[in-house]
Amino acid sequence: MKTLRPDLAVIAEHVAPASRVLDVGCGDGVLLAALRDERGCNAHGMELDPGNVAECVGKGLSVIQGDADRDLAFYPDGAFDYAILSQTLQTTRRPDLVLEELLRIGRRAFVSFPNFAHWRVRLSLLWGGRMPVTRLLPIAWYETPNIHHMTVLDFRALVAERGIRVEQAWFLTGDHSIGAAAANFRAEHAVFLLSR
Amino acid sequence: MATALASSGRSIVLPAPLPLDSGQSIAPVTIAYETYGELAADRSNAVLVFHALTGDQYVASTHPITGKPGWWERMVGPGRPVDTNRFFVICANVMGSCMGSTGPASPSPDGRPYGMRFPVITIRDMVRAQVALLAELGIDRLYAAVGGSMGGMQALSLAVNWPALAERVLVIACTAQMGAQNIAFQEVGRQAIMADPHWQGGDYYGTGTAPDAGLAVARMAAHITYLSEASLTEKFGRRLQDRATKSFGFDADFQVESYLRHQGLAFTNRFDANSYLFITRAMSYFDLAEEHGGRLADAFAGVTARFCVVSFDTDWLYPTEQSRRLVHALNAAGVPVSFVELSAPFGHDSFLLEVPNLDKVSAGFLSR
Repeated sequence: MKTLRPDLAVIAEHVAPASRVLDVGCGDGVLLAALRDERGCNAHGMELDPGNVAECVGKGLSVIQGDADRDLAFYPDGAFDYAILSQTLQTTRRPDLVLEELLRIGRRAFVSFPNFAHWRVRLSLLWGGRMPVTRLLPIAWYETPNIHHMTVLDFRALVAERGIRVEQAWFLTGDHSIGAAAANFRAEHAVFLLSR
Repeated sequence: MATALASSGRSIVLPAPLPLDSGQSIAPVTIAYETYGELAADRSNAVLVFHALTGDQYVASTHPITGKPGWWERMVGPGRPVDTNRFFVICANVMGSCMGSTGPASPSPDGRPYGMRFPVITIRDMVRAQVALLAELGIDRLYAAVGGSMGGMQALSLAVNWPALAERVLVIACTAQMGAQNIAFQEVGRQAIMADPHWQGGDYYGTGTAPDAGLAVARMAAHITYLSEASLTEKFGRRLQDRATKSFGFDADFQVESYLRHQGLAFTNRFDANSYLFITRAMSYFDLAEEHGGRLADAFAGVTARFCVVSFDTDWLYPTEQSRRLVHALNAAGVPVSFVELSAPFGHDSFLLEVPNLDKVSAGFLSR
């Protein structure tokens, strides 16, 4: 799993073998293929872009073209052991509702997102006075798909308010895992494992 | 006129009477078919391709009447997504049609053509006849069942009613349930045929005339539904046909009119009007949910095949929403399914035309 993006590698390592998995916003299916081939998972995906869906189908994956904001409603309760949302929550219209849906159709959910309170972002905003364009947030404000930026603390507050349990959390800077200390300041990426 | 269309290819007579959804049965039943590629020694590589309303078994070989290439050579052939170097491909003319399989133009047991005495059949009946063909060919397992439009309906019916047969099901530009708009268009076509005095209550065989005018109108109306507004506009616009000004008459002034008239006329050379009645009837009766207690998801309970469903953004005859409904039912039943809406300009006919992403999705789905 060395070729996986760091947050995906964290998720792939912690999915129990042979489980049923739905990756929402699965892109070209790299995580799904790893879960299937290396963990023996029953791997399913949802993806907005038709070209990506075609890639996935070419890998023999079961992927549905759909929109996380709209199409999760069609999955039955508890259909999956894990629902995965990597780097996608900040692009949805209603992250809170998407989160609820993830935990309805999955018994557990992995959610990863870029942390908007990372020191580089803070500095950029503080000194530049402009919306940050960083390695992790490389696209200008007017064309970024990220419409709901959030911080680690924002996310913790939301899940607490909704009565969602954080089973585990990982924080990443570059390719490195860092501890939870001052994560809201130090982490570029966060990965949460949630349950109800 | 097309009353005695014979297949140049292979056919078999089914060994037993075929029970029908109507409660009747029919015998004898001849099924004409073509095959492509070689059947593997372990019989693991058979792919059944189902044709659409006016299609036939010549999926990848020259049509014996029109001399045109096979209707799906883009999809089926050496190195194509349904690769005949790898797969043994079977395509049969559906029962009710007129390219060698038993239909209304065939002689009934009393020796005269059936005409309107042919039993009203369903999509499931068509599939039942092809399953019987497979049994005769010694095939009890399909690597895949593949179809677009009415061919997709047959693929779905096969997957649901003979769940042990197909390992993969590829359904393109299709629906699990014929909608009101489609039923309505097909009724227009049938009424055009039956309003033609040459139809003669369906007993036109051997009279020297046939309801060609009615059949041509049916085809013209249907043809419009297969295209998108944008593709018609791009192809024809308001351009005039071989003239500089309008004629102030009712000739085919516009290119699009001339094109449709040609399509209608050419169709009567290769298709039987009564077949058109019976096959469209079968399509309008198609409702996979109704066959299984009204809940579409229940139709897929116990189905183990993997599915791939493809729709096209400009297909207003079988719009994406109908494919989504099918996909949601498959999901709810826990059946592995992939779905994609592809962008293509050609309307419903996109499934037959140059859409590279369709090749990519199909080849990928069938590859493993």
